[in-house]
Amino acid sequence: MSIPGNWRLQTQRYRLVGEVCEKCGARIFPPRDVCPECEGPAQTPFVFSGRGEVYSYSTVYHPPRGFEEFAPYTVALVQLEEGPMVTAQLTDVDADHVRVGMPVEMVTRKVQGGGDAGAIVYGYKFRPAVGHAV
Amino acid sequence: MRDVAIIGVGQTKVGEHWDISLRHLALEAVQAGLADAGVRQADALYVGNMLSGELTGQEHLGALVADFAGLRGIEAFRIEAACGSGAAALRMGYVAVAGELADIVVVVGVEKMTDALGPDTTAALALATDGDYEAAQGASFVAINALLMRRYMHEHGYVHQDFAPFAVNAHRNGANNPYAMFRFPVTVERFVRARMICDPINLLDSSPICDGAAAVVLAPADAGRALSAAPIRIVGSAVGTDTVAVHDRRDPLVLDGAILSTRRAYEQAGVGPEDIDLFELHDAFSIMAALSLEAAGFADRGQGLRLALEGKIGIEGRVPVATMGGLKARGHPVGGTGVYQVVEVVQQLRGLAGANQVENARLGMAQNIGGSGATVVTHILERVDE
Repeated sequence: MSIPGNWRLQTQRYRLVGEVCEKCGARIFPPRDVCPECEGPAQTPFVFSGRGEVYSYSTVYHPPRGFEEFAPYTVALVQLEEGPMVTAQLTDVDADHVRVGMPVEMVTRKVQGGGDAGAIVYGYKFRPAVGHAV
Repeated sequence: MRDVAIIGVGQTKVGEHWDISLRHLALEAVQAGLADAGVRQADALYVGNMLSGELTGQEHLGALVADFAGLRGIEAFRIEAACGSGAAALRMGYVAVAGELADIVVVVGVEKMTDALGPDTTAALALATDGDYEAAQGASFVAINALLMRRYMHEHGYVHQDFAPFAVNAHRNGANNPYAMFRFPVTVERFVRARMICDPINLLDSSPICDGAAAVVLAPADAGRALSAAPIRIVGSAVGTDTVAVHDRRDPLVLDGAILSTRRAYEQAGVGPEDIDLFELHDAFSIMAALSLEAAGFADRGQGLRLALEGKIGIEGRVPVATMGGLKARGHPVGGTGVYQVVEVVQQLRGLAGANQVENARLGMAQNIGGSGATVVTHILERVDE
């Protein structure tokens, strides 16, 4: 992705900034300005805690161009404790130790790039929650 | 609105066509369709395609294919809805004929995937996902489906081997289809031992990367009878959509877009799942076959796999699927697939499916899915009896 394309996403990528619906209180990530629950306006920023649990996961052995250096890596659907689900890589954990329901927390890591793959992109990944034995 | 008939079909063999370009694949299918219909001209050409620019460096397919297929001058453009592009193009052709804006419309679905290297094709297919929030995290399109499969197994207590009947059925049927990419059977043992792609999806859960083109020729149903010996009527044509990102879905294990799409098609046709004689579903991965069966009303949530395990998806089963090999064995040239599915339903309804013929097939359904369920295009076809 282009440099401005990544730059625009910095608050989401670095701090998990989403929105909260002024009408029904739903927490929304990624931001979309319209509440997916009640269609009310939702432009108030909301910073997610970064805590959640693994809803599902998969280990990628054949990565898309740009992700070769990480392979094999584990991608997960993480259900955030405030409600929304995000797609992200897991880190600091052996693929064999990942389980559905495992508590995880957000960390900032290199997600893509460097060398021929272009500018380095940082963003969120999730690791086992501190204090959770794996 | 007037009734629409399919008066001609054409297809190329699906495979790795190192010697055939994108435009030549498309024109071969278009010319075969026109010859089958017995017409030489058309009012419009709609090209279903997902990745021509990304994989072959060629956009602007409408005019290009029209010109090379001998239709220079007619209305022509490309329609894109990820892996649902083929059926989306058919939908637009249907709208044009039903809405009396055109009489003869040619629809061709085409994809040329083997000109690019593996990692580039994998990255291109991930364009079907939410780019900023799925692909940007390194989630390939296979990985997105693998996340669904893992959760399905977790919630419903299945093991990986339970998915084998989809691949076994598809390959058994593909073996008899001269246009299929894979013309050999596979066993449960081979399924279990296949190479892992994105855990738990292995090679035999997955449709192949390939080249191919298929075409149909549409006409008003009343004219169709005069133009074609065996016109097939389109009695249902519908689209449903859902979030592009799986993580934004109400319930990731329910294809809401497919529920909407099939319900609309059933209502238009005045039929229900119990009336469907065969179902060409979107088995890009075995998990999608299970979820499609559920969304189309053939099984409850979590029970789609049960139908396969109980042997009900075979040619003589209650709901035959992938009757000519499906995406798994016929192949999945992504933008071409939706049209291949419809061509195969036409073959079945004409009674020309050979060893794979579903006995006395009268009503067939084809469902083409863009992404992991975001755009779902359903067509129900009916044999017109004399």
